[in-house]
Amino acid sequence: MVAETRQTDWIEHVRRIEQERDETAFAELFQHFGPRVKAFLMKSGANETLAEECAQEVMATLWNKAHLFDPSRASVATWIFTVARNRRIDALRKQKRPEPEDLPWGPEAEPDQEEVLALQQDTARLGRALADLPEKQRHLIEKAYFGDLSHTEIAEETGLPLGTIKSRIRLALDRLRHAMR
Amino acid sequence: MDTIKHHLTESLLMGYSSGNLPEAFNLVVAAHISMCDDCRARLASYDAVGGAVLDDTAPACLAADSFEQTLARIKGEAPGRPTISRPAPGVLPAPLREYVGGDVDAIRWRPVGGGVKQAVLPTSQDATARLLRIPAGAAVPDHGHRGLELTLVLQGAFHDETDHFGRGDVEVAGEELHHTPTAETGEDCICLAATDAPLRFRALIPRLVQPFLGI
Ligand SMILES: [Zn+2]
Ligand SMILES: [Zn+2]
Repeated sequence: MVAETRQTDWIEHVRRIEQERDETAFAELFQHFGPRVKAFLMKSGANETLAEECAQEVMATLWNKAHLFDPSRASVATWIFTVARNRRIDALRKQKRPEPEDLPWGPEAEPDQEEVLALQQDTARLGRALADLPEKQRHLIEKAYFGDLSHTEIAEETGLPLGTIKSRIRLALDRLRHAMR
Repeated sequence: MDTIKHHLTESLLMGYSSGNLPEAFNLVVAAHISMCDDCRARLASYDAVGGAVLDDTAPACLAADSFEQTLARIKGEAPGRPTISRPAPGVLPAPLREYVGGDVDAIRWRPVGGGVKQAVLPTSQDATARLLRIPAGAAVPDHGHRGLELTLVLQGAFHDETDHFGRGDVEVAGEELHHTPTAETGEDCICLAATDAPLRFRALIPRLVQPFLGI
């Protein structure tokens, strides 16, 4: 329950950053995620100097791109993860990262509050499921997300309940497609 | 959109989400997802795992002036709110257009024999990505695979020993598959193909030209 409240709170932080350019909200978000992004990058093989620099860039991106965050399709932690991952591919692998064509927001496509809440609950459930996995399996998944497994080493079966969260996101996408028509 | 039958595998989606794929495979994944909401939602669920892993990572120590430096970065950058423009509808999805420098008419085709044309795309060396144009009714020489081959249909359709593949479908071929992809009649078939190891051709001629083709 604590985790769910915190996630809701982070969404409000991003909203305040986007609409009010609220530096206090940004400072709180920074305090929580900045050290985690840096740790994530160091576990991915960046040295401390590079990890510090990239973590600052990732957090600056959040400030500048807050309007791109869509709480009916991702949690704040997920969004930050994708920004940090792309920064890692760019800085450590020196590769371009092809991204899918985005589905842009129309003014009529404000996220539905019920969907936002339901996605947070599913996300929290996924987090608990990850924590409850047998040590060895959890370690393998973490290794993959730190960029430390080749794609041939990634198993098909993760043991994580991805189905509910997937249908939740699919629902949000359908709504978005409908609004764009 | 709803007619796509052949989708990305779980390990490709997780590999893309976690950032473990070669650039050429990333390109196929990004292009397929641009056309397929089902895989888009599956990918988002893998990204959510990444979010959970990040949130669960034991925090590292930031530099003492980390926050001030970040604020300085923000003030140094122009406040970004670019208007999001939707690309005009075309044959190539947006991520591919970035590599080509435009839509189909911007592709610089080179003949590779049998009426087939190709254009190799600039990606990192660990795998190669190429666009293929197979004339209606023509076939790519039969071949096996040493590694993984992903083929995404962008226009027209082809069939091989396993099934029929139309626009948006992706064929994932591994070492166990030996096939002869053949374009359906009616329209030239344009595909994006990515491989992480050279193909194995059965016939003598393709084997001789292989060093030149680079497949
Ligand atoms: Zn799909
Ligand atoms: Zn093949």
